[in-house]
This record gives sequence, structure tokens and C-alpha cells, in this order.
Amino acid sequence: MLFKGVRHDTIFTTIINGLPIGSVYALVALGYTMVYGIIKLINFAHGEIFMVGAYSAMIFITMFNLPLWLAMMLSMLTTAILGMVIEKVAYKPLRKSSRTAALITAIGVSFLLQNVMLLIMGARIYTFPQVFSNTTWVVNGLRVNALQLGMFLTSIALMLGLQFVVHQTKLGRAMRAVAVDKDAAALMGVDVNHTISMTFALGSALAAAAGVMVGMYYISMTPYMGFAPGLKAFVAAVFGGIGLLPGAMFGGFAIGIIETLVAGYGSTLFKDAVVYAILILVLLIKPSGLFGKGGKEKV
Amino acid sequence: MTSLLKYKNLLLLGLLWLIVLFGVNTLIDARIINPYYRQILYGIGINMILGVSLNLIIGLSGQLSLGHAGFMSIGAYSAAIVLRTQPHLGGLALGIGLGLFISLIVAFGVAVPTLRLKGDYLAIATLGVGEIIRIVILNMSITNGASGISNIRNLMSWPLMYTMVSFAVILTLRFKYSKFGRAALSIKSDELASESMGVNVTKIKVLAFMFGAMLAAVAGSLYATTYYVVKPETFGIDMSIGILIIVVLGGMGSLSGSLLAAIFVGIVNMFLQSYGQMRMLIYALILILVMIFRPEGLLGLEELSLQSIKSKFIKKKEVVS
Repeated sequence: MLFKGVRHDTIFTTIINGLPIGSVYALVALGYTMVYGIIKLINFAHGEIFMVGAYSAMIFITMFNLPLWLAMMLSMLTTAILGMVIEKVAYKPLRKSSRTAALITAIGVSFLLQNVMLLIMGARIYTFPQVFSNTTWVVNGLRVNALQLGMFLTSIALMLGLQFVVHQTKLGRAMRAVAVDKDAAALMGVDVNHTISMTFALGSALAAAAGVMVGMYYISMTPYMGFAPGLKAFVAAVFGGIGLLPGAMFGGFAIGIIETLVAGYGSTLFKDAVVYAILILVLLIKPSGLFGKGGKEKV
Repeated sequence: MTSLLKYKNLLLLGLLWLIVLFGVNTLIDARIINPYYRQILYGIGINMILGVSLNLIIGLSGQLSLGHAGFMSIGAYSAAIVLRTQPHLGGLALGIGLGLFISLIVAFGVAVPTLRLKGDYLAIATLGVGEIIRIVILNMSITNGASGISNIRNLMSWPLMYTMVSFAVILTLRFKYSKFGRAALSIKSDELASESMGVNVTKIKVLAFMFGAMLAAVAGSLYATTYYVVKPETFGIDMSIGILIIVVLGGMGSLSGSLLAAIFVGIVNMFLQSYGQMRMLIYALILILVMIFRPEGLLGLEELSLQSIKSKFIKKKEVVS
């Protein structure tokens, strides 16, 4: 369904098709990486935040008749608050306990969000309203869809925005400091709790933007829509080197393109299996990821 | 702790075992336990085997595995395929054997490389393995793709289920209190320290993982013959999380805790059957709340044994007097 009406005549067409979905994975992967970088937790619920983002944007558009950009902003705000609440309620009490306990809690939160959404909206498949023009341009024999271009550009803009926040603002400096050493940062007067909260907010907002775009791209939405993209984005984050922002972006695009190539030239059914196989291979060959510097564990 | 299997208690336990075996059998024959409750009983039995098998991996050696349903599906499909041509108990035994063999190979192939990974990476890697197993089954012709295999011969009976559960529990208990089990527990509490004490960390982890995976395959085989339908979608992440809940609730490391949790989950499932999705909601909440307020689970590392119950009872009396 991803390739409806698209001929697989050139490998470039396939790669171009992989870019928008890759940029979505990159946005979600950024959230994983930021949270992992700062509290060493795989936020399993991140894929569900992506799903909440898509649903809330759909509700804003269909029920309140808001324009797309406003709906997207509002859904980003909604999930930012949701991310902060989840962190405060579920993860903060566990900051001192084992990582296994935190991970199990994250799985619990993921299932909770899925099932609360199922309870509110029901199991029926919703369709995302078509609010983006569906024109397709042919440039040098390559087909470019307006929606794909829009997704790609929006993602790039958001990534640049994140780069700005992380590297040019006081909050970004605090985030980087907490990621390196929480206690030292606290001694230097950084409000660690606030910084962690804001990291969740930023990551969740990016996931919501990705969710809205995937809603527009694949149109149909279910409460389970976040699970597989969430996992793939995690794979992307690991691929690029977890904890590293450029790594997450690169990994996202790489996974998106690889998945599209597998679906285009191999079998659609195996495209998910290939992504998981990549994960296992990366973990075996270079667990620190493509850009990561592997450090030996110290006692 | 080992007193559970000590000589003087052995006779008592054996007697108890026989009483439960024949007692429940009579109740089933007399239709006091009607087919509906019988089915729930079998479900609890399967969950017990799954619970102790995952507890071996998570509770004893401290490896969070999220692909348990994948190994279960290997056993389920093996039994389903063999039972198609050999619809009798011998066929079921053959199917269980086949499931054990395949899961042994797959678990070994998965364990040797991935168990080098640390905690949360391992969790995701095993999740990936579980999904890969599901996708492979979905795309094979012998497993009949997405529609799965139905009309599997139903050979489940109370004595069979009871014996299998007992075997699984005794085997895992023996493992826990063997030298391997102690080594696994030491890895769980501190991997580096136990390695420096001469424990072969990789070997123990792989051993526990393979043992757990094979038990899950047995549970899968029993599942196939109990519910006579196997579908790839049954063995997705929901199933793996369902097993995880049994382990977490009962206590990571407590096998008797897993048994109690399996009973609890079975009863909750029975009451919430008509609410469908509410069940998963409640499980998710249980998972979060247990982790926040009692991360070690109901029983923690402890086992319920005759002695511990006795000593608790006596202690209580002392307080009263």
C-alpha cells in the first residue's frame, strides 16, 4: 500500500520513497536517544506517544476544524505534557531502582496508553482527514509527492530546531550536562528534575509531529499504530549510536530507506524481520552504534 | 529451602500430589468442575509452565527476555504439525520432542551471541527474535501462514496437564538449587563479581536461556492440543508481556510466586473475560504499580515451602502468646 501507483523502475524512486518514512523514524529515534542519553532508560512508551500524537491531531482537525499546522502544534503540546506526566508518575520513582524494573515499567506504560486509547476510541480504524495536497511532480523521471516532500521538509526543520535547542540554549546546555554527569550537573546548579522533564517534553513533541505525518501518510490509524514504528525507531537509534543526536537522525533515514528497499525489491512481509535482524547484527558487531565510541565497562 | 525436596517431606508431598491428582480428576468426572472451568484449569497449567520457564531466565539469571512467545510458538506449531498426521498421545510426545529440539537449536543460536548484551539491549534483541520467529511462521507454507492450523486433535486431560506442570516445576526447582542455579543467581546480583569468582557467566546465561526456552516450547505444545487452534497472531508481543506479568507479579526469582501468579491471572482472566480489553489495561497498571511499590514482586526471591509456612505460623503464635 506504500507503493500504490508507483513504478519500481529506478532504485532512486525507491530511495526517495524511503526518505519521508525515514525522516519520521529519525524524529521518533531522537526522542529515544535523548531520553536514553539522559536517564539511561529505553522509553518503551515512546511509540505510544507517537500514536497519541496522531490521534489527537486527528481529533483537533475533525472535531474542531483546526488547520493542519495548528492541530500539529497542539498535538505536540498535548504529548509534551503527556510525556512530562508519564515521567513524573511512572519513571521518577524508579530512578534509583534497577534498570530492569524501569524497563518493565516502561513496557507497562506502553500497554497502558495503548489500552486507554482503545477504551476511549474503540478498536475501529480511524482515517486521518486528507488535509494535504496530493499532487505529484515528475522531475527527471523521478516521482515526488507533495506530502512526501512536506514530511521530509518538516522533519528537517524540526531536527534543525532541536539542534538549536540542544546546542544554543541554556536548557540544551543543562541537558548535555545532565547526560554527562547528573550529580556534577546538580552541584553546578542545574535543576536536574526540570531538565529531565523538559527532555521528555521535547522528545514527546517530536514523536507527536512524526505521528501526525504518519497519520497523513498511511491514513488509517489504530491504537496499535505506534508499536512497530516505535520499535523501528529504537532500532534506528541503536544503529546510529544511542545517546547521539546525529546518530539517531542518520539511523532513522537509513532504516527508512533499507525498509523501503526490502519492501520494493524483496518481500513486504519480511521488511519488519529485516529491521529486527539489523538490530541484532548491530548489537553484535558494534553495540555502541555507527557513531558511538565503544567504551570498556569499568568496575 | 531445599527442605521442600528433603526426604521426610517427600512422602508427604507425594501423598499430596496423588490426592490433588485424583481429587481433581473425580471432580472433573463428577462434572463439579464443568468443561468451562476445566479449560480455565488447563490455561492456568500452561501459564504456570510459561511462568516458571521465563522466571528461569529473568528471575534467576537476570536476563530480561521479551521473546518468550516466540519459543512457545515453536512448540505449538511442532505439536500441531505432528498431530495432524499422528493424532494420538505418541504424536503429541513426538511433537513436544520436535518442539524441544527446534527451540534448543534456535535458543542456542540466539543465546550465544545476544547474551553478551546488557540488560535492556538484550530485552530489545529478544523482542526482535520473537518477532522474527512470528514473521517466519507467518510466511511458511507448512504452518499455513496467517490462518494458522486449526482442528488440532485435543488430547489434553487433567492427569497429563498435572504431570507436565509438576515436571516443569520440579525441574526448575532442581535447577534453582543446583550449582547452576546458584551461579545464575550470583550473576543476577553482580555479574562482574561472580565472573571474578570463577563463574562462567556466558555458559550459565546460555544454559538458563535454553532451558527456559525449551520449557516454553513444551507449554506451546500443550497450548496447541488444549485450544486446538494455533495462529501466528496469538504468539505476538502481547503473549510475551502476559508471561512477563506472571513473573513480575509472583516475584522475579520465586518459582512458587510464579505458580501463585499464574493462578491469580487465570482467575482474573475468567472474571474479566466479558470485558475483553479491560484486561490488558489492568495488567498494564499491575505492571507499573508492582514495579513502583514492590519491585521484587509478591514473594521476591523466596519460595513457599512447608517449612517457611510452618515457621511463619509458629512465629505468629509466639506473637500472640
